[in-house]
Amino acid sequence: MTRLAYYPGCTLKTNAKNFEDSTIATAEKLGIELVEPERWNCCGTVHSLSTDDVMHHLAPIRNLLRVEELSNAGEVDSKQVVTLCAMCYNTLKRSNMVFNEDSDRKKKIRDNMYKEDIEYSGNVEVLHHLEVLREMGWDKVKEAVANPLNGLKVAPYYGCLLLRPRGIGVDDTDDPTIMEDMLEALGAETVGFAYSQKCCGSYNAVHMKEVVADLAHKILKQAEEAGADMLVTACPLCEYNLGPRQSEVEKRYPVFKSIPVVYFTQLMALAFSLGEEAAAFTGNKPDPRPLLRDKGLLEE
Amino acid sequence: MENNAEIVTIYVMGKKHNVPGDLTIMKAMEYAGHQFTRGAGCRGGYCGACATLYRKKGSYKLEGALACQKIVEDGMYIAQIPFNPAEKTTYSLDELRPDANTILEYYPELSRCLACNTCTKACPQDIMVMDYVQASLRGDIEQAAKLSFDCISCGLCAVRCPAEIVPYNVGQLARRLYARYVDGPSQHVLDRVKEVEEGKFDEGIKELKNMDKAALQERYETREKILE
Repeated sequence: MTRLAYYPGCTLKTNAKNFEDSTIATAEKLGIELVEPERWNCCGTVHSLSTDDVMHHLAPIRNLLRVEELSNAGEVDSKQVVTLCAMCYNTLKRSNMVFNEDSDRKKKIRDNMYKEDIEYSGNVEVLHHLEVLREMGWDKVKEAVANPLNGLKVAPYYGCLLLRPRGIGVDDTDDPTIMEDMLEALGAETVGFAYSQKCCGSYNAVHMKEVVADLAHKILKQAEEAGADMLVTACPLCEYNLGPRQSEVEKRYPVFKSIPVVYFTQLMALAFSLGEEAAAFTGNKPDPRPLLRDKGLLEE
Repeated sequence: MENNAEIVTIYVMGKKHNVPGDLTIMKAMEYAGHQFTRGAGCRGGYCGACATLYRKKGSYKLEGALACQKIVEDGMYIAQIPFNPAEKTTYSLDELRPDANTILEYYPELSRCLACNTCTKACPQDIMVMDYVQASLRGDIEQAAKLSFDCISCGLCAVRCPAEIVPYNVGQLARRLYARYVDGPSQHVLDRVKEVEEGKFDEGIKELKNMDKAALQERYETREKILE
């Protein structure tokens, strides 16, 4: 077992518990033990774009400091930290970059990092779980497959935070293949569609529901027209806006036909035959299980 | 009473006083002639009434302490915080759910936490305040309740928080949610309440009420023996 530091972020403990459960189970199957630091705080939620923003970097850097403590204590095997939420990934990685590239802000961040035993070195590497799997090799993923997802047409949905800005993203900003490679290793057929990198509407979900509903409608309709059975995501906010919020889409677009949205790790759990608990489909809206049963991929 | 301690100089709200150096802030202020009508309570570090901000001579740091616990130092500038005009919401505990959204509904400013740890730095109880604020934010009610358990609501965390969160009220809500929905109710409390309601202690209370002061004092002083 490789012991890898894992930063969950708040959503993985609440709305996206199915993302976390399916990830921990499938990672274990692949020989990775995800080690959560005992103490962690909010990732910072959104990367700050202003320049006099030292305060906004304290949360992300403090989390990286926790990873460094974990590493110093010998509880993990590397100075890497894996994230699942695309927002956490983006925020932690970008703050890490600010810390390492801007000596002025690095000093200010350190000066304001109250009540810590060590100073953050800047040496933690922030990864998204997709990157960990790619590094391990798609063949390894393929070897673990016991229930190939043959006949399942999936539309990989990247959204924005996994790919942008350039230099931060998990893959080529314009022509990513990491999700396709992943899903094809599971035996699924991937379906390309024009809106796979379009924003899901993000936090507009809070106060401008119609903005999210319009975007979700465009994205989901496109995927469906391209022949997809379901949409696959790697981000809890995308999942929320495109999944449970389909109820809002239905209100605005009466002819809209709902389509399941799942996390890539849930399909991994299904393909690895790790059982219903690991796949955690009960947490998804709309429920993907009837479709998966129809396809003969899930037992009645 | 004779006091041989070295005399130190302190400044209470800017006014200079010479006081014995082995006194607590509270006793030193009384020595200097102040009389507490607010901002003093148990004098034992438990009630949280005597929150105090101070700065030491030559230091830029604004520090916090309980006046009844902290010993004065030479050149200390002191200001009492006898009352904190903090937001305290009302709620009906029976109608809540033990999750992050409940806490955010009553204290939405919680989401402004920057993880700067200023609250932890300010806490005279050495509580990891920021960690319980963060636990509340992600709905880990058990962690929030346990980490905030020693809080005495002195208010120094809230006074110092740049996000204007009131951590001690958040912690209190988390502990109430934990007791009501996660941990409790405790069987021994239910049993005792039942005994009270059934009148088990009515005779005893009646007896105590009718005692004169001397008898009551005698009973108090020998209480351990009675228990045995």
